[in-house]
Amino acid sequence: MKDNIKIPYFPGCTLKTTAKNFEISAIEAGKKIGIEMVELPKWNCCGVVSSLTSDDLMKHMAPIRNFVHAEEMGEQGLVNDKRMLILCSMCFNTMKSSNKRVKGNSEDMKSINDFMYLEKDYEGTVDVVHYFELMKEIGFDKIAEKITKPLKDLKIASYYGCMLLRPKDIAIDDTEAPTIIEDFVSSVGAEPIAWDAMSRCCGSYHTVNNTDIVVNLAKGIIENARKSGAEAIITSCPLCAFNLDNRQKLILEKDPNFKTMPVFYFTQLLAIALGLEEEFIGLDGNYIDPRPLLKEKNLI
Amino acid sequence: MSDTQEMVNVYIMGESYMVPDGSTIIMAFEYAGFQLKKGVGCREGYCGACATVYREKGDYKLKGGLGCQTVVTDEMYIAQIPFVPAEKPIYDIDDLQPDTSTFMELYPSVFRCVSCNTCTKACPQDIQVMDYVQAIIKGDIAGAADISFDCIRCGLCALRCPAEIVQFNVATLAQRLYGKYLSPKNEQLNIRVKEVEEGKYDEEIKNMKNMEDRALKDLYFNREIKIS
Repeated sequence: MKDNIKIPYFPGCTLKTTAKNFEISAIEAGKKIGIEMVELPKWNCCGVVSSLTSDDLMKHMAPIRNFVHAEEMGEQGLVNDKRMLILCSMCFNTMKSSNKRVKGNSEDMKSINDFMYLEKDYEGTVDVVHYFELMKEIGFDKIAEKITKPLKDLKIASYYGCMLLRPKDIAIDDTEAPTIIEDFVSSVGAEPIAWDAMSRCCGSYHTVNNTDIVVNLAKGIIENARKSGAEAIITSCPLCAFNLDNRQKLILEKDPNFKTMPVFYFTQLLAIALGLEEEFIGLDGNYIDPRPLLKEKNLI
Repeated sequence: MSDTQEMVNVYIMGESYMVPDGSTIIMAFEYAGFQLKKGVGCREGYCGACATVYREKGDYKLKGGLGCQTVVTDEMYIAQIPFVPAEKPIYDIDDLQPDTSTFMELYPSVFRCVSCNTCTKACPQDIQVMDYVQAIIKGDIAGAADISFDCIRCGLCALRCPAEIVQFNVATLAQRLYGKYLSPKNEQLNIRVKEVEEGKYDEEIKNMKNMEDRALKDLYFNREIKIS
């Protein structure tokens, strides 16, 4: 194991716009636990939501193009780990799926490389890795040793959503009984609770024009978390975060008795536990203000 | 053209014509007897009016370029694109935010980009067109304005885009937002505008209006340029 993992980092659009707190907390916390994230000098959309039609090769252009940039970083000696680190669950799923497809299908790989004529070919040497997986590799026990402000008595619902667990060959852990997020929660000194809704659908893109669906699903997930003893939910998906956090506004409009619950990016908890400054935690970006809860636990 | 001029065969809108080797596409059109009222402008590669698509012998790829800058080759097939019908929403720049949400509303097709880079390969100005579309998606409006700076609005990018993005109009919006909200403001400009409004230059302008052509030209070419 290298002391310091210096790895190509693919942000995706959301981490540069509405989820800046996800990015800053991951980068700064990463420095403390031996992950140096080097953003791809040039990158484009992850290619989100692969088409389900059979002739969908065009939709894989975006991820493959990003892998080419990661290969270039390796050749230029900008990194010591040639995989690609991703935070956003959606980007992770999309890019890992595309990578798997072209690596296992030389005709598809050739079609895409032929289409990118005049540009550099993808050689198929990049693997996609999620931040959770990288922490597991470093060792959650090792991370626990670096924690300076354990999140004592904080009860956390680990929300996997769909993109980290499905399909099976993309999953970062066992699809039915995952423990990786709970292991992370324990490593920062918080208490992972057991609950039913850890991979229940958040409503995904219905949030654009079918908000009722999302309001009902999000309310069910949050109430399940509360019933199971949780005080906050964590996620690695900006879309889940939006549906579970920001949509609490609409839940409250429908049900004034609804009790709100803070939703964090997991890296925010890591940043707090590592004793980072507020500017690297980005609590202003959270819709339901988590400060009262954190104050109650003497964490800020 | 001299009698010894080498000639090449080109197909303009499918018809065969012999034109002098070394001609630009616009020159070839005119040599062949076409009178261009649309699809030609400055003839210097600046205005973007003469977007042309063509295919060269032995190459299956459809290419694009400016008619005034692209030299014909033997057996070339040529078609002019005098106008590109393109989506162009009406907006009031004062009501907009210089961020991604503005593009979601006015040009939602931007978010359909599949990163195929066909637009970049179609661009006669060698602009990294896909990169500025992607810059907008990631919220970097100033970057989009910068990358698209040399765009001359020929429209070839939009014609080739499988996601039907209207890149050149999107670039215009990014540049306007940059100019209005994001670019550093120059204090000198306010001072000068105030001077103009207060009539400081009225007398000088009045004199110039009454000058002879020759004298006015001399004044222009001998003017002093201060670079601060």
